[in-house]
Amino acid sequence: MSWTQVCYRYDGTYSGFLSCVFHSYVDREEPVEFRTPEDMCVSLYPLRTVETDEDHAKRVYRSFAKFGREGQRLAVRCFLTSLPERELWLWRFLRLGYDLGPKIGLALTDPTVDKVRKAVQHLEHEAHQYTGFVRFSELDGALVGEIQPKDRVLPLLRPHFCSRYPQERFVLHDRTHGEALFHRPGPQGWAILPVEDFRMGPAGAEELAYRTLWRTFYDTIAIEGRRNPKCRMTNMPKHYWAMMTEFQKDWDTALL
Amino acid sequence: MELLEKLDILADAAKYDAACTSSGLDRSGRPGTIGSTTMAGCCHSFSADGRCISLLKVLQTNVCVYDCQYCVNRRSNDVPRAAFTPEELCELTMGFYRRNYIEGLFLSSAVLRSPDYTTELMIRTLRILREKYRFGGYIHAKAIPGADPLLTRRLGLLADRMSVNIELPSSSSLSLLAPDKKKGSILAPMAQIRDGIQESKRELAVCRHAPRFAPAGQSTQMIVGATPESDRRILSLTQALYDRYHLKRVFYSAYMPVSSSPLLPVPGSFQPPLLREHRLYQADWLLRYYHFRAEEILDEDQPDLDPRLDPKCCWALRHLDFFPVEVNHADYEVLLRVPGLGVRSARRILTARRAGPLTFEGLKRLGVVLKRAQYFLTCSGRMMQGLKVSEDGLLRHLVSLEAPALAQPVPEQLSLFDSAV
Repeated sequence: MSWTQVCYRYDGTYSGFLSCVFHSYVDREEPVEFRTPEDMCVSLYPLRTVETDEDHAKRVYRSFAKFGREGQRLAVRCFLTSLPERELWLWRFLRLGYDLGPKIGLALTDPTVDKVRKAVQHLEHEAHQYTGFVRFSELDGALVGEIQPKDRVLPLLRPHFCSRYPQERFVLHDRTHGEALFHRPGPQGWAILPVEDFRMGPAGAEELAYRTLWRTFYDTIAIEGRRNPKCRMTNMPKHYWAMMTEFQKDWDTALL
Repeated sequence: MELLEKLDILADAAKYDAACTSSGLDRSGRPGTIGSTTMAGCCHSFSADGRCISLLKVLQTNVCVYDCQYCVNRRSNDVPRAAFTPEELCELTMGFYRRNYIEGLFLSSAVLRSPDYTTELMIRTLRILREKYRFGGYIHAKAIPGADPLLTRRLGLLADRMSVNIELPSSSSLSLLAPDKKKGSILAPMAQIRDGIQESKRELAVCRHAPRFAPAGQSTQMIVGATPESDRRILSLTQALYDRYHLKRVFYSAYMPVSSSPLLPVPGSFQPPLLREHRLYQADWLLRYYHFRAEEILDEDQPDLDPRLDPKCCWALRHLDFFPVEVNHADYEVLLRVPGLGVRSARRILTARRAGPLTFEGLKRLGVVLKRAQYFLTCSGRMMQGLKVSEDGLLRHLVSLEAPALAQPVPEQLSLFDSAV
């Protein structure tokens, strides 16, 4: 028997989405649209509002172990991507996963798996790029950095930066998604929290000196006879440049 | 002298060193220290020449007693000279590292007074970094040929990767252009580092707290295009270095005219052989990841790499009897020989075909570059549909895919007075 087609409205969180998955299996409903409360569109399908339930979410989350390691990774990370209609794709992926079990990790040519895999690959690639391209500024003893990613990379960047700077207090702000990673020394000394109206303070003399040193190094290290702007843009697309010290002038940042 | 000025001089002097990667070692940070390294390495920026910046690449000093003809820092060259004190270099490195500008330090040096003195200076710098600042990031140190083996060993215990530059692809070129350096004095520290790494690995297997000697391996680099060696010779040298010295990487650096020595190409008209360098790197990848041998890539009749096509395509065109390869049965090593199939896509094919037979549509999804691979593959015994290219047209077709300008004959300016000249 085919499942009833419905539109789900949930609060936009990962737990909320997992609760939707729980409901769809309990009520035998197939979601064809996912909406968050901010969406003003009217749907043609019957609307179900799903309350987030942590216990239901945890049950669904634990069930991902059935997909094998590769499948589990895709199921967990797909929600962080900027794939259009990612909830729908992820729901299709999960449904396929419950059918195939660990074999979902092998079904690379399936259109749904392919879509999810490419989106997750984009996320992981962007996170890897940002491990290098993040620039911190020292403001009153704490390190402050800003990024403008397409996908939600902060959860992926968190282990890297917390392991790298265990003795530092730092903040990494994600402009696109309005959240920030906070870290202070000590075990479990981190949190990813939503923030509004984030602004960096003015840079001190030492910070400005280091920026100048870095720009000098950056300009000097290039070999004039091998100039290759296209190669640079392939490796480091221009949308990263806005947040990078080497392309900024101090009047951009110092007088904020 | 101000720090800014020193950095300018000493980064400028170090920029021709190509071996600047931060890979080969996974070490996570520990409480009380600062820094970590990752296996794949990490690029922190790309300079205007498109090369990756991952380490703070500087010389300890550019004051040199040697007079190598191809080198910017040679004694006879009139350039500003400077030297970092160990303390200020450490402070600079930490300042950059905390701001995530760099992955670590690349420390090389010109030879100040003697190789021993220079190495001691470098050791002092690295000791301050590791012991005072408890720095756990990546350190790449250049071994100075001619230094005492005990000093080289101490340097290797502080660094993650070591390298000795082989400089030029043959000993005759070396004696011509770098009269102060001998082949033996370059290979001796290389062998010492190799033995040190192997011994350290054996000790670590017994006791995990044993000191680590250059845990990320060693690399080298050579200059291409300053001397007349063929690509075949360079590749066999590379292969010998991988086989005998267990190097992680061999870097090639297209010769940049930095000197007006009569022994070298003239700066005015000389173009750095960037395409040749690119082809050499492609061949180098074939040696390291694709199970190729240098003798297969180039033979006596063909001493140089074809600038029009990548080495793997060239090999495939010379061995058409090897193809087509059946995607659904071929081994990993065989798949790797197909142009357009890389390490990643070959692995994906192995995974995906466990779930069911592969089609061309499926291959496209896996990320296989079909525009090259289609001529060399069958899926369940069938070639790609609608594919009509004769064997002799294949070369032209493949070349035009990569670089349309190279496939045509070189355009010529017509002249009315040809016969008159």
